[in-house]
Amino acid sequence: MIEWGLYNYWVVIFLMMTGLYVVISRGNLIKKIIGLNIFQVSVIMFYISMGKVKGGTAPILEEGVRVYSNPLPHVLMLTAIVVGVATSAVALALVVRIKEAYGTIEEDEIRVIEGEEEST
Amino acid sequence: MIHALWAMISDDLPALQIAMPLLAATLCIIVRRRWAAWAVAMFVAWGAVANAAVILHRVLTTGTISYAEGGWPVPWGIELRIDLLNALVLLVVTGVCAIVLLAAPRSLAAEVPEEKHYLFYTVYLLCMTGLAGMTVTGDAFNIFVFLEISSLSAYALISQGSTRRALTSAFQYLVMGTIGGTFILLGIGMLYMTTGTLNIVDLGNRLAEVGPNRTVLVALAFITVGAGIKLALFPLHIWLPNAYTYAPAVVTAFIAATATKVAYYVLVRFVYSIFRVDLAFEVHRLDAVLLPIAIAAMFAGSLVAIYQDDIKRMLAYSSVAQIGYMVLGLSLANEHGLTGGLVHVFNHALMKCGLFLVLAAVLLRTGSTRIEAFAGLGRRMPLTFAAFVVGGLSLIGVPLTVGFVSKWYLVLGALDAGLWPVALLILLSSLLAVVYVWRVVEVGYFTPPPAGAEAVTEAPFSVLLPMWLLIGGTVVFGVFTSLSVGVASAAARMLIGGAS
Repeated sequence: MIEWGLYNYWVVIFLMMTGLYVVISRGNLIKKIIGLNIFQVSVIMFYISMGKVKGGTAPILEEGVRVYSNPLPHVLMLTAIVVGVATSAVALALVVRIKEAYGTIEEDEIRVIEGEEEST
Repeated sequence: MIHALWAMISDDLPALQIAMPLLAATLCIIVRRRWAAWAVAMFVAWGAVANAAVILHRVLTTGTISYAEGGWPVPWGIELRIDLLNALVLLVVTGVCAIVLLAAPRSLAAEVPEEKHYLFYTVYLLCMTGLAGMTVTGDAFNIFVFLEISSLSAYALISQGSTRRALTSAFQYLVMGTIGGTFILLGIGMLYMTTGTLNIVDLGNRLAEVGPNRTVLVALAFITVGAGIKLALFPLHIWLPNAYTYAPAVVTAFIAATATKVAYYVLVRFVYSIFRVDLAFEVHRLDAVLLPIAIAAMFAGSLVAIYQDDIKRMLAYSSVAQIGYMVLGLSLANEHGLTGGLVHVFNHALMKCGLFLVLAAVLLRTGSTRIEAFAGLGRRMPLTFAAFVVGGLSLIGVPLTVGFVSKWYLVLGALDAGLWPVALLILLSSLLAVVYVWRVVEVGYFTPPPAGAEAVTEAPFSVLLPMWLLIGGTVVFGVFTSLSVGVASAAARMLIGGAS
C-alpha cells in the first residue's frame, strides 16, 4: 500500500502532525510557538521537495547541463521563511508581554487568573 | 502640472493601492508625532478611497483591469487583476479604513498611551496594505503573502487593547490565524503541483483541463478550512469573540469590517474563479459541507449573542452569525444567492463598523461597553444611541435598511435553489437578532441611569461623524441599491456564468 518512492510526503505529513499536535496539546506558550514553527516548516519541506526534478541540478545556465530543478517553489519558500520568522517574532513579543502581565506563560494558569478576573 | 502627474500615475493605480500605504507606514515611523502620523494615514487612506472609486468606475466602463507588476508579462510575472468582484471589495476595505481613521485620535487617546500612537498608525497602514494587496492581486501565492502581512499587523493592533486579556486574545488569534494561513499555503502548493502556475486565471483554465483528481480535492479542502479559520466560519470562530472584545474600540471597528470580509473574498475567489462551479459544487459537493455549517453559524452566533452582557462581545457573536449569511450565499451557488452573499459583504461592513463605532463612543463617555453602561443612554447620548438603533434594525434586516437587501437576495437564492426550508431558516434567525438588539434598546430607552452616576454627554463630533457616515450609509444603500446590488449581481453573474 505505502509507496516508499513518495517518502518525502510522509516526512511532510509526519512533521505537520507533530507540529499541530504540539500546538494543541502543550500548555506552555513557547512550546506552542515551537509547534507552530514545525508545522510551518513541514509546508516549506513540501514545496521544496515539489520542485525537485530527478537528476536535476541547480538552475544555473551551463554548457552540457539540460536537467534543472524547478527554482520557483524554492523562491516562494524564501518568502514563506520570512513570514515564519515574522510570525515567531510577533508571537514571542506577545509572550514577553503576557509574562509581564500575568507572571506566567502556562496556558492553564493564565486561564485560572482570567477566570478569577471574570468572577469578581 | 496636475495633468502631467495624472498621466504618470493613471496606469499604475492598482499598484499604488499597495505601494502608497506601505510607504506611508514607514513615513509614520519617521515623523514620530502622533498628529503628523495621523495626517499621513488620513491622506493615504482617503487617497486610497478615491483610487478605489476611480478603479471601480474604470472596471464598470471598460471591463477588467490587468496590470503586469514590474512589466513582467502576465502568466509569468505577478498580475494585479481587478474585476467587478474585487473592485467592490476594494472600495469597502479602503472606505472603512478611511472612515475609521476619522474617529481614531479621540478614541485611541482613551485606550493607548499617546507616545505609541504613531506606531499604531504605522501598523494600521500595514494592515491596510495587506488587505488591499489580497484584494487586488491576481496571483495565488501573493494572496498568502498579503494575508500574512494583514494578519501579523492585525495581531499587533489587537494586542494594543487596554486590558491584559488583549494579549492572550491576540496570541490565540495568532496561533489560529497562522494555522489557517499555512493551510491556505498548502492548498496553493497542491494547486501548483497539478497545474504548474500560480496566476489565478491560468489556474482556473488549467484546472478545468485537468479535471477532478484527489490532489485538487485535498487542495480545495485545505483552502476552504484555511479561509474558514480566517473568516471565522463557525465552528472555526473561536478566536473572534475574544479578539473583538479586547481590542481597542477603533481596531474592532476596523477589523470587523475588513479582515473577515477580505477572507470571504479570498474564499469566493478560490471557489468560483479557480475551482469554478463545476468542480467545487458539482464534482466535490462543497455546498453539502458549507450549507449546513452556514446555517449552524447563523443560529449559533445569534443564540450565543443573546446571552452576552458585554455588548462588544454580543456584536462579535452577531458577526459570527452574519458571516454565516455570507457563506450561505456562497454555498447556494446561484446568481441570487451569491449576489446576496457579496452584497452582504458591503452591507455588513457598513453596519458592523458603524455599530462598533457606537461602542467606541459609549466606551469613551461611560468607560464601559457592558449592558449596564447603556442604561438611559437613549436620553443622555441621543445621537449615538439612535445610530445603534438604526444599525440594529439593519442587523435584523428591517426593510429600508441594507440588512433587508442582503436577506432578500439570500431568500431569493434559497428559493431558486429549491431549498425553501433554508429560506425559512433565514427568516427565523433574523428573529433572534431582534432579541439581542431589543435587549440593548430596552436598556437604553427604558432603564433609568443608575442614581449618582456621573453626567454623560453626547459623543465628540470626530466620533459621531464617521459613525453616522456609516449608519447613514446603511439607510441610503438600503433604499438606493444600484451601486451595491448592481455591482454585486454583475459580479455574481460573471463568477457563475463567465467561468464555464
